[in-house]
Amino acid sequence: MNEHIILPEGSIEKQTNTLNLGPTHPATHGVFQNILELDGERILKSTSTIGYIHRAFEKIAERRPLYQITPLTDRLNYCSSPINNMGWHITCEKLLGVKTPKRVDYLRVIIMELARISDHLICNSIVGVDTGAFTGFLYVMQYRELIYEIYEEICGSRLTTTIGRIGGFERNFTPAAFQKLEKFLKEYPKVLKEFENLFTRNRIFMDRTIGCGPIGAEKALNYGFTGPNLRAAGVDYDVRVHTPYSSYEDFDFIIPVGTTGDCYDRFLVRNEEMWQSLSIIEQAYQKVQEFKGADAEVFHADAPAYYLPEKKDVYTKMEALIYHFKIVMGETAIPEGEVYSCVEGANGELGFYLISDGGRTPYRLHFRRPCFIYYQAFEELVKGGMLSDAIVTMSSLNLIAGEMDA
Amino acid sequence: MLNNEIIKLKLTEKFGDQLTNWDEPYGMLTFIAPKDLNLKVIQFLYDDAELRFRFLTDLQAVHYPDRKGEELAVVYHLHNLVDNVRIRLKIFADIEKPDVFSATALYRSANHMERETYDFFGVNFIGHPNLKRILNVDEMDYFPMRKQYPVEDQSRIDKDDEMFGR
Repeated sequence: MNEHIILPEGSIEKQTNTLNLGPTHPATHGVFQNILELDGERILKSTSTIGYIHRAFEKIAERRPLYQITPLTDRLNYCSSPINNMGWHITCEKLLGVKTPKRVDYLRVIIMELARISDHLICNSIVGVDTGAFTGFLYVMQYRELIYEIYEEICGSRLTTTIGRIGGFERNFTPAAFQKLEKFLKEYPKVLKEFENLFTRNRIFMDRTIGCGPIGAEKALNYGFTGPNLRAAGVDYDVRVHTPYSSYEDFDFIIPVGTTGDCYDRFLVRNEEMWQSLSIIEQAYQKVQEFKGADAEVFHADAPAYYLPEKKDVYTKMEALIYHFKIVMGETAIPEGEVYSCVEGANGELGFYLISDGGRTPYRLHFRRPCFIYYQAFEELVKGGMLSDAIVTMSSLNLIAGEMDA
Repeated sequence: MLNNEIIKLKLTEKFGDQLTNWDEPYGMLTFIAPKDLNLKVIQFLYDDAELRFRFLTDLQAVHYPDRKGEELAVVYHLHNLVDNVRIRLKIFADIEKPDVFSATALYRSANHMERETYDFFGVNFIGHPNLKRILNVDEMDYFPMRKQYPVEDQSRIDKDDEMFGR
């Protein structure tokens, strides 16, 4: 289907056009450029350029204490920044040897799965927009808003959340946060069902996405795919199951897998993952409600050297004052060691490789950004296809420029 | 079931005492390979029927200015997805002549990662199909992640911030 006859050099019929797709094209959903060599509407060759919003996070992190790195992680995959924040805090906890209580783990799971839903929701509805269905996108935006309100209730911000601390959360979830969560759990399944009905068996949507930008399992692994894109190709690799963190082993969920790895399968995998996330949130909320009395008030680990003390203690207790000062001024030494820790981000395995030489800042911090790694397959995925297929492929890969360029 | 002891045993059987500094920080088997052997070791880890490290999770470099003659470390994180085991392999290169064999023939995912490593540390990957800068501008004439370039030039006078004493 994707075969193309290449005419000899100097042929009178050889007329190819060069088209710059990006860096500011609205359909690229971010700042990256693709230089396409086109024959009519067929793509002969694509060359991608990235790095337009490179902000040198890894270099900045070498001069920042641990807490000041959290806002940097927000700006990687900004559609699901809570996952990045938690991933970073989990990495720090692993290095510092902080053990989090079960309730904190469950609360984290709730937040991370909400973030996953909001990320998948954006990605899937954007695939809809790029195939010509704008309604779904506008419709689900309302429910992303609900998720953002839950974040807001916990940490005060919405997009770049900087949620949580090393060892737990900055405050306990308020009753309002739980109310909003309940509202979300009650209303969202209906919305997701409707969203699903709008797309899954839609003739136009199927025609546009089936067989578009496919990748096989072997090749996907070789290209370093992770997350929903790898699962759509048929490999059931999920960090939440393979290397459980934050007590994911306590939850019952399935890993949806596709077969062909095309845009349609990626859409279906993300869609099913939203259902699974919803079920995980329900389970986690149930587990959280089982804590009674003093246990129900636990929202952080007992790690005074790293967890910012409560403000009223700072004014009245000497120790709390000292820790407060040391943490705020970044004067806590990080123990020596090197650690790699990863979480299942919304678009793949998000890894943090942290080396400490015993100083107050990391000696070296590297982010394994999933879409930076799997974007290199894009050139091959779109080769021989139509220009409009390249747009759909790009949005269904869930490429986030902030994460790619770090 | 594959575990760290078996991996270590198999590697020492094949490469003898050329692999050094065995360690297990936070459960991940870590060792150092000689610079020229990196591809041979990775190929063995990839091909061996029991080891099967066929997923390159991550590849990056670290600059240690104090280690004379081996300032740049290139770190590979490999993953065996079948048995779910991860290992970390390090090689050290001289900053004056940072030539390292490229892993792109084995893992296509190494393409961008090696370009990034070249971009920030100047590691010259031999055999890479398209080794040029990826995130920084092409005109840049230094490798910014090396330790001799501090984050902010403390001698700058155009940034006067009296509130924070800069």
